[in-house]
Amino acid sequence: MALKLNQSEFEIVRDKGKCISCQVCVRQCSNDVHEYDEDDGTVLSDNSKCVGCHRCETLCPTGSIKIKRRESEFKSNANWTAEHLKNIYKQAETGGVVLTSMGCDKPYPVYWDHILFNASQVTNPSIDPLREPMEIKTFIGRKPDRLELKPVRESGSNIIRFKNNLEPQLELSVPVLFSAMSYGSISLNAVKSLAKAASEFGTFYNTGEGGLHKDLRGYGNNTIVQVASGRFGVDKDYLNSGAAVEIKIGQGAKPGIGGHLPGEKVNYDVSTTRMIPEGSDAISPAPHHDIYSIEDLSQLIYALKEATEYKKPVGVKISAVHNVAPIASGIVRAGADFISIDGFRGGTGAAPQVIRDNVGIPIELALAAVDIRLREEGIRHKVSLIVAGSIRSSADVIKAIALGADAVYIGTAALVALGCHLCQKCYTSKCNWGIATQDPYLTKRLNPEIGTRKLINLLTAWSHEIKEMLGGAGINAIESLRGNREHLRGVGLNEKELSILGIKHAGEAW
Amino acid sequence: MKKIYIKEEYCIACRLCEIYCQVKHSKSKKILKAFKNETDILSRVLVEEIGYNSFAIQCRHCEDAPCVEACISGAMQKNKNTGIVTCDEKKCVGCWMCIMACPYGVIKRDLSEKKVASKCDLCGDEEYPVCVRNCPNEALQFKDI
Amino acid sequence: MDYKNYIKKLNNEFSAVNQAPVFKNKHEKYVSGYRVPSGCAVFGIINEDGQLFDGRMVIDGIAMMHDRSNGLGGGFAAYGIYPQYKNEYAFHVFYDDSIARKEAEIFLHKAFKILYADEIPTQKVKSISSPPIIARYFLRPKNISIELEGFESKNDLNDEIINRAEEEFVASFVSNFNADPGGSYIISSGKNMGIFKGVGYPEDIGEFYKLDDYSAYIWTSHGRFPTNSTGWWGGAHPFGFLNWSVVHNGEISSYGTNKRFVSGFGYKCSFSTDTEVLAYLFDLLVRKHGISLYLINYILAAPFWDDIEILPEDIKEFLKALRIIYGRALVNGPFSIVVGNNNFMYALNDRIKLRPLVAAKKGPLTFVSSEESAIRKVCTNPDAIWNPKGGEPVMVFIKGKEPAVKSGIKIKKENFIESVSSLNSSFAGALE
Repeated sequence: MALKLNQSEFEIVRDKGKCISCQVCVRQCSNDVHEYDEDDGTVLSDNSKCVGCHRCETLCPTGSIKIKRRESEFKSNANWTAEHLKNIYKQAETGGVVLTSMGCDKPYPVYWDHILFNASQVTNPSIDPLREPMEIKTFIGRKPDRLELKPVRESGSNIIRFKNNLEPQLELSVPVLFSAMSYGSISLNAVKSLAKAASEFGTFYNTGEGGLHKDLRGYGNNTIVQVASGRFGVDKDYLNSGAAVEIKIGQGAKPGIGGHLPGEKVNYDVSTTRMIPEGSDAISPAPHHDIYSIEDLSQLIYALKEATEYKKPVGVKISAVHNVAPIASGIVRAGADFISIDGFRGGTGAAPQVIRDNVGIPIELALAAVDIRLREEGIRHKVSLIVAGSIRSSADVIKAIALGADAVYIGTAALVALGCHLCQKCYTSKCNWGIATQDPYLTKRLNPEIGTRKLINLLTAWSHEIKEMLGGAGINAIESLRGNREHLRGVGLNEKELSILGIKHAGEAW
Repeated sequence: MKKIYIKEEYCIACRLCEIYCQVKHSKSKKILKAFKNETDILSRVLVEEIGYNSFAIQCRHCEDAPCVEACISGAMQKNKNTGIVTCDEKKCVGCWMCIMACPYGVIKRDLSEKKVASKCDLCGDEEYPVCVRNCPNEALQFKDI
Repeated sequence: MDYKNYIKKLNNEFSAVNQAPVFKNKHEKYVSGYRVPSGCAVFGIINEDGQLFDGRMVIDGIAMMHDRSNGLGGGFAAYGIYPQYKNEYAFHVFYDDSIARKEAEIFLHKAFKILYADEIPTQKVKSISSPPIIARYFLRPKNISIELEGFESKNDLNDEIINRAEEEFVASFVSNFNADPGGSYIISSGKNMGIFKGVGYPEDIGEFYKLDDYSAYIWTSHGRFPTNSTGWWGGAHPFGFLNWSVVHNGEISSYGTNKRFVSGFGYKCSFSTDTEVLAYLFDLLVRKHGISLYLINYILAAPFWDDIEILPEDIKEFLKALRIIYGRALVNGPFSIVVGNNNFMYALNDRIKLRPLVAAKKGPLTFVSSEESAIRKVCTNPDAIWNPKGGEPVMVFIKGKEPAVKSGIKIKKENFIESVSSLNSSFAGALE
């Protein structure tokens, strides 16, 4: 066996004075980093296996473990960075694509962090959400151009009815939904947490392309069922058991490529949910093989609408790519009721690193471009925009809404609430936090009752913060912030960036 | 009475319950001191494991506690008010009949100083037993029947 | 010319005009690009019998609230002042100089038959300095064409359709004219009405325009307190668009959302004022979408979800849908507005009443005002005086001019208002 050139990424620092050899770390690490030495009664650790998930550090009862980035460094080189070297060593050894998970971690500009929100002073009173009503209820779905009424006579009285029925709408108590994460890529306990939290809080979770597990049918009113290129688990019952249908064209972390759930993960439960043989690889093709252009998409949209009797909004999820604005325009014209746009920093269970880190565009710019384009074409109201791809805080939510989004999807943020430490090793299926794994020894670690509680707490906290920010800006209904870019200012952005975002620079008044 | 309920589907076999039980029943009540300086502190909760199935079990404080029945010295008593079964170490003679009688195998021989039966006392002086309080996944719950 | 060619001709002419007139070489003097928040006073009077009265009362009323303005903007809207040209569009136009006027008049001539034009008579007032050229035109559109639903044969070309097409044409002309940066602004473009405004205290503006000489059945007025120092004649209130005039006290926190909403329907916000967007909202909702005025407050100052939730099912569904459809037309932030139109005066507060608004009635007269003092000044002993609740409109129609049946619907006001405000009675019977 040839010498391995890659060094370990982390160093486990164990304070011997504090370690009581209780072996919690040994029992908790799925990567077998820690080992109990019976001869001298101590616990030893193997740095090379550590992925930096912090499970041992978090559970150690005496706080004796600290995970540090290993300080051994290559000669500094701004061009040939350590990551390039390590990847080359890895590929020279394996001949394979470098896999990774979660969202892009490269230092591309994060536009959220260059946008500041407004508040009222003197000329306009700010509103205290603790004393005044503050509304963040949101509706997702196609809106008619205008109100059309007709009088009808019913049981002797004249009653107003809508001339055309309002298209089906999703009602959200907070403009935040849980984004598509399939059962298979994450554990059933993780999906249950999302489903229960969505249902109790009044929002929605998304099945991803993993089908709908029988235990989750009860949360249908808060479920968006996804139809992706693999069509796993899709049948009439599936489509009708959710509140909305989402066609997945692309994912921010890996635009243009499909997915691959290895056969080892396709256990009995996953196989029945996905409706594929146990142990077989679940391969999602890169394109939908019945969608080679926009008119095909339109056919699928209407096929799904037919299957659900026009009772459920049908949306389309795309990744933010260079032509996102005209593509979105086409999708509206193809009949979608909502469009989900996933920015290039969006998470994934597994993706080639080269794609994740080099393909797509930031969601902030994509959103601004799409919103403007749809407005220019006079079709913005025909569709709801849900944006995703690294919404990290309530501030990101409020900025996204002011840029023009109707709501946001959170994936990574929800997983972090469930315990994820962003070690980016989902693809190994050894998630120590019981999230991105199907190993029953590990999935037990996520108690869905705790998960639900934490997700609800997160949504509650964000709701409070959104209300505080809205009130500060003198607004008491979230729809009055939607597309209200006057409340945003850029800092440290150039003219082009400001013009794409459609905002002024900080210091410029109205 | 309040009892400890076991949700085995969420037991992650970390054994933190055992560790905190040991600390609770140590002399110092301090984790580092207890583990570094005291010997043979017994946990009164036991994590049973087969494969990925595991659960932490401690005295069930049975309605008709067989251990109380079996006790020859009257050390093992069920408190009529609280329902808690405790072993009065002063009276215990170390005959181990209780261990023979316990259907759950949760009574052990205390080997530290004197040979007495050692079992879960529900941490009577705490609001929650320490095993419940320190279970990171809420696989143990302390609630009314 | 046969029918088909006639339509074709109309369409061609329309599309030629409808492409925004290119007002070249207009200089950019006033277009600061800034939206200026301002505190203000509003005042309005309507005589529901349609009897005319001169501008003295409205001047006295608004003058009473002198402290609410800072001398950087005042103005008046008056309805019924041009009975001799009541079928023509009356344009009031500000020109920076004669060059701007010359250029603009070319376009006016091209698009309109000008029946009469003059400069609005003014008198020197000490505190009013450097006014623009203020011209007035009575116009009839020359070429109109617009796609109208149900326009199937030439016989369908009745007066109403022609009127609607004319309105659409004038709206598009005014909007394009004002969107072009330069030294000319159409500040008033309705029929038998006019807006008189400028930089100064409102009572001085009233003297300047000699409003004692005009008689109207609706007067609204405004005293402005902008928070910047550059007064701009075009930026004063009322803001006018077709027959609409809007005076407004407040700052609209939803401006960006509302602006994008109306711009989606072709309105161009070129004055950078909150008030402009309000006028467009009224025009869009009432004129274009045919929504009854009785429903407008449920859009602009929509009830809270919690209040909708407890209503009877059918009203609930209705108001919910209204909010879903017109969420982007919800006007957020503090405002009190007085809107004038030929047949009515309409005053409204934001839904949590963050700005003052008082109303009073005396015989055929209804008053609305920022402060009670102004009403008491001109009407010492009103029959009734009240503070309208947030989101509850004060709506007075000229007798006999209540809204005509639109799209086959007429909502009887008493029942409807009652059914929603009392939160219990049924929606049934809301129609007549």
